Amino acid sequence: MSKVETARPPIGPQPSVGERLASLRRDMGTREARAAYLFMLPSMIILAVFVFWPIIQSFLLSFYHWSFGSSAQQWVGLDNYQRLIPDARVWNAFRNTLYYTVVTVPVGMVVSLALALALNRKLPGRGLLRSAFFLPVIGSFAIIAMIWSFLFDPDIGLLSYWLHAIGVPVTGWLRDPDWAMPVVILVSIWKNLGFNMVIFLAGLQGISQNLYEAARVDGASSWQIFWRITLPMLRPTTLFVLVISVIGAFQVFDPVYVLTPGGGPLHSTETVVAYIFHQGIELIDISYASTIGVILFVIVLILTLFQLRLLRFREVD
Amino acid sequence: MSQAIESPTPINTASIASGAGTSQTQIAVAPGGSRRGSWVNAIIFIVLVVFAAGMILPFVWMVLTAFKPESTIVKFPPQLWPTAWTLDNVTNIWQRVPFGRFFLNSIAFAGGVTVVSLFFDSMMAFALARLRFPGRDVIFLLVLIALMIPFQVIFIPLFVTVHDLGLLNTYGGLIIPRATNAFGIFMLRQFFMSLPRELDEAARIDGAGEFYIYSRIVLPLSVPAMATLAVFHFMYNWNDFLWPLLITSSTDMRTLPAGLALFMGQHVVEYGVIMAGAAMALAPLFIAFLFAQKYFVNGIALSGLKE
Repeated sequence: MSKVETARPPIGPQPSVGERLASLRRDMGTREARAAYLFMLPSMIILAVFVFWPIIQSFLLSFYHWSFGSSAQQWVGLDNYQRLIPDARVWNAFRNTLYYTVVTVPVGMVVSLALALALNRKLPGRGLLRSAFFLPVIGSFAIIAMIWSFLFDPDIGLLSYWLHAIGVPVTGWLRDPDWAMPVVILVSIWKNLGFNMVIFLAGLQGISQNLYEAARVDGASSWQIFWRITLPMLRPTTLFVLVISVIGAFQVFDPVYVLTPGGGPLHSTETVVAYIFHQGIELIDISYASTIGVILFVIVLILTLFQLRLLRFREVD
Repeated sequence: MSQAIESPTPINTASIASGAGTSQTQIAVAPGGSRRGSWVNAIIFIVLVVFAAGMILPFVWMVLTAFKPESTIVKFPPQLWPTAWTLDNVTNIWQRVPFGRFFLNSIAFAGGVTVVSLFFDSMMAFALARLRFPGRDVIFLLVLIALMIPFQVIFIPLFVTVHDLGLLNTYGGLIIPRATNAFGIFMLRQFFMSLPRELDEAARIDGAGEFYIYSRIVLPLSVPAMATLAVFHFMYNWNDFLWPLLITSSTDMRTLPAGLALFMGQHVVEYGVIMAGAAMALAPLFIAFLFAQKYFVNGIALSGLKE
């Protein structure tokens, strides 16, 4: 940005505020727009080259037949899309992703909100407790998965031993087709709880204390205060957490890949992105992997727009 | 937002209207309320402590296992507390992995991305939140689309792009594609929207330009949000596994998670060594976390996430 714009001390006789505002508005349209584009330039270039160009490439690849390494790209029209229909594994992957999403998003949001509400109270050792819940967030999934795999090891794992000791029937946990996904879900919720909690805490702290005091004075119960004040005032925060959680859940890869490599027992934990990874990286069928990616993208796009509409995001402006 | 504000308003006016009477009620209610409140707090506290203990159990298990001899680790039933202590696992991993080099690479990668991305994200978010220009909604939608695209969908074309630019196995290749981030733009935009617009207007009347408003008004008011985002960026990149694995090919360019995970992938059976490695990979962030807890959990004033 040029220095010319940063500071322009008024010269000569001072026009009235109204006049100055009016003249300001006149030339602001173009000047403001120019500034806006300059501000966005670095980010737009990076997004264009490293996000949108690859997106366009992926989209185009879904109409071609191409394998990495070979120079020949062959236009195949909708062939890749037709391959989806009889592919049982892709349907399975969408089912698993849906399963993962409908459990982790609501459970994760409700528990993290409850934690935020509890830890927003004046409790002894509050800072320490918050840190304990946040601790899993700061670890790398690649590393953390090793601990959990060990904890649930059916032979020498501490948790599988303790669970057996309290009467839970012996299973293979991450090696059992029925139990692998619940364990993956548990670990994911455990990992992300602190992140959502912190965002909810921040949202709670942003609510004016006057509202609570006024409600209490009027004899509102804690329950009423929660439903009538806390929840409505938290709406922007909830929206943010919801959008981020759903987008994240539909893209889930790290926990399933590191906890249950190769899609888990009988592909029971193979999510869409894990299947894309399998097709694109392991089988090097990049055009088919891209096709699934396009479908996933369209679904997430529709969902996000729906969520934004639902929570009337447009009112922001 | 209008509706959200409306619902509490009647309560507010009512309380003002009832005036002096309210303070009396408050006094009457307070003692009973607080006694009940302290019981509730006690129950909540106990539940939280038990829950928190469960949350940190995996880390306790990791650290304790790192100091157990391999022979006791594979014994059944598993024991949480070691019966014998050893430093073998820790020394073992130091000898087998260039930990210092991985550590420096992680600092360069995560630190570099954090600094550059905070700058670019905030500039873009500022334009989207505070300036009027044609095409703003479309551009914001593009940011959301960038947020929605799974990395695994685009990373093959992305890899080809980085390759074509000759950036493979360099710090530039690691950092430049990450130099802006849709999540950061989205988050900061939400925050910037919440700052009172009158501030900009007042500055404009005084002849301030957009860059002045950005650097002297919006940024100073956004320190908590920026600090939060800095923590998120640093954490995310420090922990990232797939991206450094893809872009770097030589051992001396690997970051901590990528390097250690690769090493550990080859030694799956030695749980003691793996847990020692995991502890060492997690330690730097845990130590940073201890020193900057305020920014991680307490001081995060993302309150501006409201509309």
